[in-house]
Order: sequence, then C-alpha cells, then structure tokens
Amino acid sequence: MPVLHRRLWPGARLSAKRGASWERREIPLNKPLPNSFRQGPDARGRFGQFGGRFVAETLMPLILEVERAYDQAKRDPSFMAEWRRLLTHYVGRPSPLWYAERLTKHLGGAKVYFKRDELNHTGAHKINAVLGQILLAKRMGKTRIIAETGAGQHGVATATACALMDLPCTVFMGATDVERQQPNVFRMKLLGAEVVPVTSGAATLKDAMNEGLRDWVANVHDTYYCIGTVAGPHPYPMMVRDFQSVIGEETREQMMAAEGRLPDMLVAAIGGGSNAMGLFYPFLDEASVQMRGVEAAGHGIDTDQHAASLTKGRPGVLHGNRTYLLQDEYGQILEAHSISAGLDYPGIGPEHSWLHDLGRVQYVSATDTEALEAFQLCSRLEGIIPALEPAHALAHVMQLAPTLPPETLIVMNMCGRGDKDIFTVAKHLGVTM
Amino acid sequence: MSSRIAARFAALKAQGRGALIPFLEAYDPDPATSMALLRGFPGAGADLIEIGVPFTDPMADGPTVQRAGQRGLKAGATLAGTLAMVRDFRREDDATPVILMGYYNPILSYGVERFCTDAAASGVDGLIVVDVPPEEADEIEPAAKANGLDLIRLVAPTTGDERLPRVLAATTGFVYYVAITGITGTRSATSEALAAAIPRVRAHTTLPIAIGFGVRTPEQAAEAARIADAAVVASALIDTLAANLDDQGRAKPDAVRKVLDQVRALAEAVRAVRKAA
Repeated sequence: MPVLHRRLWPGARLSAKRGASWERREIPLNKPLPNSFRQGPDARGRFGQFGGRFVAETLMPLILEVERAYDQAKRDPSFMAEWRRLLTHYVGRPSPLWYAERLTKHLGGAKVYFKRDELNHTGAHKINAVLGQILLAKRMGKTRIIAETGAGQHGVATATACALMDLPCTVFMGATDVERQQPNVFRMKLLGAEVVPVTSGAATLKDAMNEGLRDWVANVHDTYYCIGTVAGPHPYPMMVRDFQSVIGEETREQMMAAEGRLPDMLVAAIGGGSNAMGLFYPFLDEASVQMRGVEAAGHGIDTDQHAASLTKGRPGVLHGNRTYLLQDEYGQILEAHSISAGLDYPGIGPEHSWLHDLGRVQYVSATDTEALEAFQLCSRLEGIIPALEPAHALAHVMQLAPTLPPETLIVMNMCGRGDKDIFTVAKHLGVTM
Repeated sequence: MSSRIAARFAALKAQGRGALIPFLEAYDPDPATSMALLRGFPGAGADLIEIGVPFTDPMADGPTVQRAGQRGLKAGATLAGTLAMVRDFRREDDATPVILMGYYNPILSYGVERFCTDAAASGVDGLIVVDVPPEEADEIEPAAKANGLDLIRLVAPTTGDERLPRVLAATTGFVYYVAITGITGTRSATSEALAAAIPRVRAHTTLPIAIGFGVRTPEQAAEAARIADAAVVASALIDTLAANLDDQGRAKPDAVRKVLDQVRALAEAVRAVRKAA
C-alpha cells in the first residue's frame, strides 16, 4: 500500500484554502492523510464522518441482511463470474476508450479521451451496478424489485435486468421527470416494468427516492430496493461503487495500452456520483492522477436554481446517509435544479463528501447553458450525442483542456448517450419537433 | 430527574388502565390551530402527547402525515417554533408528558446538544427520531441523556428476537411498537398479530409499550391499550383536521372541536378497558 505524503497532493492544499468558505468544515491541516483512499467505508459504513445507516427500524434488519449477503457474494467466485459474464455478453463490456481527436484539436490543449460507457446496453453506466444488485437480490431470495429513477437511465437498466431475470419491477419516478423523460418512461413500460409517478415535493429524484424507501418499508419481506447511485444507507454506497469500479479498472488497462502510462486527469459528472466514483476509485491512490467531479450548476451556483451539493451545501442526513446536502438554515431539504434530470438531486454520495473534505478530488460545476453548448459541440465534432449528464463533464473539459499542455492526458466518462435528451435539448434550442 | 413519562405510566398502572397518546403536527395548518389542539388534548383525555416536527422528506410517513408536514412548513414551522409551542403549553400543564417525533436533519442543523438543552428547558420529555436507529445512537444519546430526555425507540415486526435486546437497551421512557411493516396511516394490524407481537417484546423489557401505525378507531385504540400499555393515534386525527379546512387551507371554525371530540371518544374507549394494576 503506498504511503502518500501531503506534499504530493496539490489538491489538498487547494482544499485547505477553500475551507474558509464553510466555517464548520474540519480540514485536517495537521493530521496526516490516510495511507490509502481505498479503505472506506469502516464497519459502520462511514467514510470519515460521512455515510452511515440512518433508516427507520423497520428497514434496519433488512439493511443488515443486504450487507451480509453482499459481503458473502463478493467473495464468491461463481457470483462474480456470473456478473462478469453478463457484463461481457449482455452489456458489451469492456466499453472502448476513445481518443477524441477532433475535439482535442478544436480545444487546442490536453489530449482528450472518452470512456464510452454510453455504448453499454441500455445506453448508460447504470446497468453495471444494476446487474450486480439484481443477482444479489436473487441470491437473497427476493422476488420483487423496486428502484427510483431521475433521468430514467437507472429505471431502464433495472427494468431491463428484471426482464432478463424474470422479476416483477416497480420504478418510482418524479412526475416532473416522467414529463421530461417520456422516451425512457415508454422504454420501461415496454420492458414490463410498472412506472409510478411520484407527485410529492417537487416530484423529482429526491421524492422518487422517498417513495422507494416507503414502498420498501411496506414490502420488506419479498422486495429488494435497487438503488441507482453511490448514496443511501450502508452498504449501498460501497456496493454500487464496487460494481461501477469496472469503469476505472478498464480505463487503467486501456490507457496503459494506448499511451503506456496512467492518465493525468479524470473528469466525470456528479449527480449522486456513481459514474464518477466508478471511474475514480481504482485511481484514488495514484498520486499523479488528478480528478474533477462536475456538479450541475443549473442557472448558476449563485442563484437558487442548481444542484451543486458540494459547492453550495453543507453536511446533513437524508436518505440513510450523512453527506453534503442542499438545505435551508433549519435543515429542511431544498429542491435541486438542473436541465439534466439525472443530476437533479440535492445530495451526493458520502464517499464524494469525504474525498471533497480531504481535497483528493476537486469538485467544480457547469451550468445548464454550458452543458447545452458541450452537448452540441460533441455531436458535431465527434459524432457522439452525449447525455446531458456527461455534457456537464464535457463542459468542464472544454474549459480545462485549452489550459493544459498537449502531453496531458484527460479521460472523461461519457456515462450516457443523449437519445433520451433530444426533446429537452430541442425545447431549449427553440426547435419544435 | 424522574421523567413525566415514567410518572404518568406509573399513575395509570395504579389506576389499572392504559394510555391514549394523540398526535398533532406542529403548525398544521397554522400555529394557532395546532396550539389550540395541544392545549385541548389533556382535557379531551390525552394521557401523553406526541408532536410531529415537520420535515420536507418524511420517509416513514404516509400521505396523511406528509401533507400535514407540508402544511406545517408552509405555515412557517421550525424546530424552534415547535419548542416554543411546548413552552406555552407548559405554562398551564406541568404533568402531561410531551414527546417530539421527527427526523434527524432538522435536529442536526439546530445543533444536537443545543437542541437537547432547549428541548428539556421547554418542557419536552422524550424524543422519537425516526431515522436514528440504535446503530447510530451515539449521535444523539449522550446529549439526550445529559438533559434527562427519554429516547423512545421504534420496534417493528421486522425487529427479530436477536435484535430486540439491542434496540431495547437503547430505549428509555417507553417502547413504540410499530404495528405494521409499512408507513403511517396506510393499514392496520390485526388483534391476533398484536396479541402475538407484544408478549415477544414484553419478554425483553419492563418499559411500557405503546402501539402505533394503523390505530384509528376507538375500538382499535381500546384493543391496543388492552394488549399493550398505550395507543398512539395520528393519521385518523389529522384526517379529521384536513377534512375541516376551507378552500384556502384554513381551519374552519369547528375544526379544533371536531378533532378534540374524536380524542374524547378514543379516550373513553381506552379508559373503559380495565387492566391489572
């Protein structure tokens, strides 16, 4: 295990400076950084102060059962072999690492690669962790699957896996998101899932997750809750990260093959943070690899219309874990806003909160407008229509790459394809379809 | 300090009857109405009182309590405002125990230690923090203990025999038995299920046991008080309040009286059940 010293970490120094922006944040200025960033979570499901298991007693025994079952499954070679088989022959992994040559030339700086997780079956990275979880649910003897979804990608992935494995599936989706993601709603229904529009709150992802938890409380005996991101009560943040880490593991091998060395910079969009965690995790102990998580700035982080939990939130407890949240001074949760339904969440995975406080990963943001520009540029230059989620990551790459020398290697996670978003984008561009 | 909760349950035991615990959501639909309900509860037969603290994301609550919380938040409910209600109540009633039920984030935002100090000083006797299970007890237990606040824990049908001792060891005041696997205000447990469940809990604790979730009618309340030691009624009372709001969401003139009449009917049924002293 590598011993990492503070002086190796420019990010840590940056974070210490930024620490002044939130007075209660503890910056470990005089404490050594951990020997490894890959040891979390602890036995209580904590990454530092973040994470945990903040659920009602009715769910607690089941949460502990999921933890035990996952702990056994991940050490069972036949379980992992079945998951890998599905990734290879059903999902189409490994996904390619694509050198975006025209984009690189256009930006005139660092060399930009895309990790093409939008080519996965169902069109996003979500399927990686869904297949693992549905295999686990079967192993636990659960006969009904529920899931929450924002943009619909996790809902489609879950409905797909349930069709394949012949399990009934109910997807909770905010009524607002049902409206703006009609193609995915229809897909889920074609796949045999029941889609339940949730009308409470702002009727988006947060409310869908509340409703998922409520359904689970009422149906613990036969139901497995397939969470779509690296959030929720322990063991979900760890489990979803572990499954999504296939993204970073492949990237490492592919970059070694392409360039003979590790990348210098990883960039990924963050809603709950599963695609970013999957890309980052295998590189966390590589001191030379910098990382940027891109939150949705909506109309701008200085407005009240954004989803930048790390940039503008403070720690609190929601949906089973302690993490950075958008909340008012009384601890009431605020509605997030983003043009991307998949980033429209007022929280973030607890491991990201921890990496943020340690300064290991830099968290930045991109606005709706910047994401729309990136969406169009990528379509024209690379012939790839990105989802609005990775369009946020790309917007940051567009700012970053021109400032870096040509030998710098950037990998951006193209975590989803944009088919589902063309109606939203058309509307914003004033096009009637 | 000996709590009002222990004193009240001891007194009821001596009288040979169980307790009625009605629930109201703070500031639902406005501060004056919920204050009038709180003041009126003891006279209508409440033995203990549970006050819900509104939260934007109440994951254990069904639509009825969710909407009550939304009305409360719209009317400006805060944790500080809820404590102020209890302080006002305590000017006239120093005996009826008051329990706050809510979620952790507003407490965390207020500051756990400051909250426990202020709650105790305001006359709160116990806390039910739905999303802090025994595994996370150290978040709030030290401050609650230091201020003499009981931490009332939920025990669910899913809480197995191996887990019960751990949950009960972290409980003071009384045990809140969640009668169904589900959210508030949705369905009710059968008498048979409760008659089987309560002795299972009783075998592990000497604390009084209250039954909540799905207790709606005087008959169900009487049954809960007979099988256990107390009945918590929430959604049924909120439904009555909600049915007596006008188009603008304001309480109609007789809304408070209707809810208190319902509490009276529940209390009569509970008091008619004789228990061994």
